Amino acid sequence: MKILVAVKRVVDYNVKVRAKSDGTDVDIANVKMSINPFCEIAVEEAVRLKEKGVATEVIAVSMGPKQAQEQIRTALALGADRGILVESDEDLQPLAISKMLKALVEKESPDLVILGKQAIDADNNQTGQMLGALTGMPQGTFASEVNVEEGTVQVTREIDGGLQTVKLNTPAIITTDLRLNEPRYASLPNIMKAKKKPMETLSPADLGVDVAARVKTLSVEPPAERQAGIKVADVAELVEKLKNDAKVI
Amino acid sequence: MSILVIAEHDNASIKGATLNTIAAAKAIGGDIDVLVAGAACGGAAEEAAKIEGVAKVISADNAAYEHQLAENVALLIAEVGKGYSHILAPATTNGKNTLPRAAALLDVQPISDIISVESADTFKRPVYAGNVIATVQSTDAIKVLTVRTTAFDAVAAEGGSASVESIDSAQNAGVSEFVGEELAKSDRPELTAANIIISGGRGMQNGENFEMLYKIADKLGAAVGASRAAVDAGFVPNDMQVGQTGKIVAPDLYIAVGISGAIQHLAGMKDSKVIVAINKDEDAPIFQVADYGLVADLFEAVPELDAAL
Repeated sequence: MKILVAVKRVVDYNVKVRAKSDGTDVDIANVKMSINPFCEIAVEEAVRLKEKGVATEVIAVSMGPKQAQEQIRTALALGADRGILVESDEDLQPLAISKMLKALVEKESPDLVILGKQAIDADNNQTGQMLGALTGMPQGTFASEVNVEEGTVQVTREIDGGLQTVKLNTPAIITTDLRLNEPRYASLPNIMKAKKKPMETLSPADLGVDVAARVKTLSVEPPAERQAGIKVADVAELVEKLKNDAKVI
Repeated sequence: MSILVIAEHDNASIKGATLNTIAAAKAIGGDIDVLVAGAACGGAAEEAAKIEGVAKVISADNAAYEHQLAENVALLIAEVGKGYSHILAPATTNGKNTLPRAAALLDVQPISDIISVESADTFKRPVYAGNVIATVQSTDAIKVLTVRTTAFDAVAAEGGSASVESIDSAQNAGVSEFVGEELAKSDRPELTAANIIISGGRGMQNGENFEMLYKIADKLGAAVGASRAAVDAGFVPNDMQVGQTGKIVAPDLYIAVGISGAIQHLAGMKDSKVIVAINKDEDAPIFQVADYGLVADLFEAVPELDAAL
């Protein structure tokens, strides 16, 4: 079986992003960029399925600027076989991304598409679900366990209050939650090998997709700052404050 | 304007998140209809009809919708929703699962997790784990939105008298089936509905030590949460996770025990009214957002707190 994995280039999760003082955009010049953590889990899951002999080929695809090649190389170093970059400097939103992924699904005919449940920059949590709608494929979102069977895949999902298990016909879409797996570190030999793996570059026009943004960002601002309060000396003072000052217990 | 709100329910009754979502719909303004999609969901539809401000309840009662499978429910939402100016759902795991799928069927770019309504097409939403608030404008004909429930005060569950219209719809995509679910059984309130939450982090050291928090929670009528570090370490299940990728909460009182305060955790709880932090590291970032900070070893302070309550 063939697996398509989507990876996104995002600001590293350790960077505290701030709004520019003029409120036009976020200030991300010269900050560290990484593969979105949920996408890394998606790559790991695909590679494990290949190692188990379930999958035969893992294709890593990214959409974004030329530098997103770095994140595809990361995926290749983790064990993906080849990469596809759809290069664009536009503000690519989930609807456009899912239309381009649909075009790649039609081209590559994967049995599974694995994506992160959300990217930690825009925090949308939409792309997998929208790809499902456009292709008619079923979706196992927020997955914490994936079991591939003949013609189906069983997915355990993290839902409010617990877990839900669904059975999906393949081809199917999976979006990853945190506990699905713990991604490996790429070894130096694998990083070197990844440089030689094939990577194809396409444009949105090659896929016939209009990527114009449907949602405009008008301005950005910092959130309301919370003032640090006081330090209490001991538990007795804490309880006294909560009862008499804050009146919350 | 006409607004369709997708109800969160368990077939028998309406869940609280629906009331916050209707509050967001009221902020937009216009007639508010509520879609109850389920199986044997008459109880939920009747409750929805009593909610303040609802014009009409649309009940789609069919086996295909019993477990809220996104493949089926999204088809229904797209079918019913195409005549509305806005479609809203709470940003619960269910809303996040279903609504983007419906939006793509309508060729709409949805907006996730709105925290305020600026006008009929302009909304605020947090990005970058809440470190930035973006004001965004939709150019689509239909606005499809998920609502961060903690940002809108619930409307009254009683006082309305909407009509209930049953529709004969059986959208079954036939590509997915429900196998089962394991829901945590607890007498404690749900995290997103609790007035008081006590959460543990990596400092708890293991799952057994969370018993200390459960005891206090039971005295206070509180829910128990956890940081991602505690979940990743396997101390507690993921549905207890508070943070950017877990639950977003805003209780009256949030007690953070042994939690350092990574930005991803703060993103999930910093709108709480009163925050208490108990941590032995006085430089822990959690103290920068805490109203009351106690620098102490949690293994001494928490039993003391238990005894003092």
